[in-house]
Amino acid sequence: MPTFNDILILLPEFYLVAAACLLLLLDAFMKPAQRPLLHWISIVVLLVAIYLVVAGQPEQAVTAFGGMFVRDDVAEILKVFALGTTAMVFVYARPYLIDRKLLSGEFYTLMIFAVIGIMLLVSAGNLITVYLGLELLSLSSYALVALNRDAKLPPEAAIKYFVLGALASGMLLYGMSMVYGASGMGGTPSLDLAQLHNVMSYTTAPTLLLFGLIFMIVGIGFKLGAAPFHMWIPDVYQGAPTPVTTFIASGSKLAAFGMAYRLLDAGMGDLSHHWQLMLAVLAVLSLAIGNLVAIVQTNLKRMLAYSTISHMGYLLLGLAAAGPEGYAAAMFYAICYALMGVAAFGVMLALTRAGFECEEIADLKGLNQKSPWMAFLMLLAMFSLAGVPPLFGFWAKVLVLEAAIHANMLWLAIVGIVFAIIGLYYYLYVIKVMYFDKPAEGSTLQVQSDKPLRVVLSLNALSLLVLGLYWGPLLGWCRRAFGL
Amino acid sequence: MFNHLLSLLIWLPVAGAIPVLLAGSARPNLARWLSLLVAVLTFVVSLFLLVQYHPDAGGMQLTESYLWIASWGVHYGLAVDGISVALILMTSFVGILVIAGAWEVIQDKPHQYMAAMLMLEGLLIGVFCATDALLFYALFEAILIPMFILIGIWGGPRRVYATLKFFIYTFFGSVFMLIALLYLYQKAHTFDLATLAALPLTMKEQSWIFFAFLIAFAIKVPMVPVHTWLPDAHVEAPTGGSVVLAAVMLKVGTYGMLRFILPIVPDAGAHYAWLIIVMSLIAIVYIGYVALVQEDMKKLVAYSSVAHMGFVTLGIFIAFLLVRESGNTDMALLGMQGAMVQMISHGFVSGAMFTCIGVMYDRTHTRQIKDYGGVINVMPWFGFFYVLFAMANCGLPGTSGFVGEFMVILASFAANPWIALFAAFTLIIGAAYTLWLVKRVLWGEITNPHVAEMKEINGRETFVLVAFAASVLALGIWPQPLVHLMDSSVSQLVQQLAIHKI
Repeated sequence: MPTFNDILILLPEFYLVAAACLLLLLDAFMKPAQRPLLHWISIVVLLVAIYLVVAGQPEQAVTAFGGMFVRDDVAEILKVFALGTTAMVFVYARPYLIDRKLLSGEFYTLMIFAVIGIMLLVSAGNLITVYLGLELLSLSSYALVALNRDAKLPPEAAIKYFVLGALASGMLLYGMSMVYGASGMGGTPSLDLAQLHNVMSYTTAPTLLLFGLIFMIVGIGFKLGAAPFHMWIPDVYQGAPTPVTTFIASGSKLAAFGMAYRLLDAGMGDLSHHWQLMLAVLAVLSLAIGNLVAIVQTNLKRMLAYSTISHMGYLLLGLAAAGPEGYAAAMFYAICYALMGVAAFGVMLALTRAGFECEEIADLKGLNQKSPWMAFLMLLAMFSLAGVPPLFGFWAKVLVLEAAIHANMLWLAIVGIVFAIIGLYYYLYVIKVMYFDKPAEGSTLQVQSDKPLRVVLSLNALSLLVLGLYWGPLLGWCRRAFGL
Repeated sequence: MFNHLLSLLIWLPVAGAIPVLLAGSARPNLARWLSLLVAVLTFVVSLFLLVQYHPDAGGMQLTESYLWIASWGVHYGLAVDGISVALILMTSFVGILVIAGAWEVIQDKPHQYMAAMLMLEGLLIGVFCATDALLFYALFEAILIPMFILIGIWGGPRRVYATLKFFIYTFFGSVFMLIALLYLYQKAHTFDLATLAALPLTMKEQSWIFFAFLIAFAIKVPMVPVHTWLPDAHVEAPTGGSVVLAAVMLKVGTYGMLRFILPIVPDAGAHYAWLIIVMSLIAIVYIGYVALVQEDMKKLVAYSSVAHMGFVTLGIFIAFLLVRESGNTDMALLGMQGAMVQMISHGFVSGAMFTCIGVMYDRTHTRQIKDYGGVINVMPWFGFFYVLFAMANCGLPGTSGFVGEFMVILASFAANPWIALFAAFTLIIGAAYTLWLVKRVLWGEITNPHVAEMKEINGRETFVLVAFAASVLALGIWPQPLVHLMDSSVSQLVQQLAIHKI
């Protein structure tokens, strides 16, 4: 029986559900001329949600609904950044949506539902909650990808995403059922992650449990976009409207980290010596495929898609280290990647306007001549993605490498660093195009005049520099969340 | 101010770059004057180092240390010894000259050029005073960003290739150093260089770490066979970029050796000293011959830089040989001192050579030797400076080039006469390529019409060349102050060489 306390613990989530429903109603009854107001209302909704998350932060980890839902520091940090980056996506998306006549209630409601999915996922204390959160996030994302349904690419991307996503969900569910079954052999069957933690010690079907684990890792790999489960990433990134891509590259990655952490550490922590190597293999494959294929891309969105795959490889280095140090490093990496991804796509959104999609790398030619400030912001994002000090991305890489070395996986760290050198090339290439090339003949590159977009994007990109110079507090939070 | 002298030296040029950038392309002159002001201020502040640093006391002085990243115990730690002071002074001095040198030469976005230069200067000063390995590494890598932009925007025709090669090549080297540092962190739980220096390591660990450090620093120096990025980068870089690259950035490599290889892995360093010595000798002899056949002036000087830096690495590692095998500390000290003097001297000489080439290039837009001839007829004053720097480049007594090389050769003679013999080859080869260059460019009849149109150096150029000439001569005639400045630090380094860490 849910108590009042349970509801209080889930207050931000309940509030967001109510707000999303309200937005949907507002959208239906609003005059078309008032529609743009929805934008501001949605941003306020998210900001209030951040406030509720922060204000209601419990002293120590608490659970609600009989352990279905966990509210601890890990969840709090991930939620704040997921909500924050989504609010940034809203700000960046406005001119794009107006130009393409997509500014409507669906976009905002679906995004907010996706965020609710993320919040459930990172707070999951039970296999069912994991699945619930994942499906809420995924289904909203599928619809968001197809938002611009009259264009050619989005529906194709959405269907691809949906089919592959459904397959992965199936795998995950299948794995969960095996784990559930294994927990019932020799004990009471349980879906609770905390109880699943030591199934290995008593189950009479360890093989079944391991099979379940493998299937679950497939699901996690898919959600992260780690090779060899990365096939959907390039097409979805390229095909989806850029704001949606931005969301998938930021909030979604935080969710994927949260899911991996909950399932692997809380649920399957006892089996860590089994999944460590699996994650290491995924990491190496992601690093290799992501970095090598990104080199030949000419489409910026696709290039960033492959770059995401490689970044997930780095995140996996931290996860594979399997310990509080590693998780803290991986969470730091996920947050860092979310900020970098939002900034890089944000610049693309700032350069996109009615009738012109800025998505080829060549579109950025001579940006330094047209708009030195935008070029500088993109430069920060690119050097950060490449992991060049003193930018934020460098420290995130250092942390995961340290975690891997700490976990006696020196070889993995060396693989990681070698691919960082290879990856360097395509980020430098973008900077080369912006700074060293002359603008193309008849280039009409211009920056959106939307004030909020410019201000928030500037702060976003500069945060990569500021956090690069002073990343101690953030690391401190991440480490405290894992009890270090 | 004196408590934070080093921080001020780092952040003054970096922060000064911001108003320069803000001046924008609409007000190029404002940007120029602002950047000159910042550079001069930085130099003036760096002069206080001479007052505040006490050479006789030795050790690291002017220490600043703040906890930077609490959970990792990383400190924002700065301190200087005599070697750092000399390098910082040289950096801030050259900083003024490159900004003055680029004055009206850089017409395209001068504010960005000046800002990049100032940032580069600040970061380089930072490298020379960091006492925390992670801070050192971050600065060491961050240098690449402004340099990448400098070569890429204001460089020659093949600038994109050159700058990408430069960035990726040097980045490649340093990442292995990062792994080594993280490994050391696992053992010591700190990045503090003094603590790392006291950390006992087995020979196997030392060897791996030694090679990780070596890749990073050898590429930066650059040593043969990883020098190939240098000629490309130099040839394509704008004059100011070449000057900073040759005068200061190459020293980061040898400075890193002093701060990392010597104290942290001394046993591996001694064990593999022969390797570095062989590599240095190849640089001195073989690269000297390579320089001889160059047809591009900048390439010639770039190769001669590699050869001269060979003396620095030779001096450092010959000290290993002397201390560990014969216990000859005096000679080791001489070799090490020679390497340090050579470092500073090469900074001025190569910077001056590149400036001279820049002066000619600005007039004719060609760097090919065959396009010149008889320049002395139209630019006699310029010819005077050019010959002076050429003499310094081939190590004529009385110029700074002579002092360092001579000390290193003397020290290597004590270690092994054969090494000295090969090292001494430079006196012939160096003279050959430099004098032949002078002969083909300056002397003779004017055969190319555009040479006849070349104008004599103006006041600004004269100022830059006089400043270089003064420092070259001062170091050559009276090196004592410089030697004294670095003396206690160098003898400390040499004492460290004798300590076994296994």
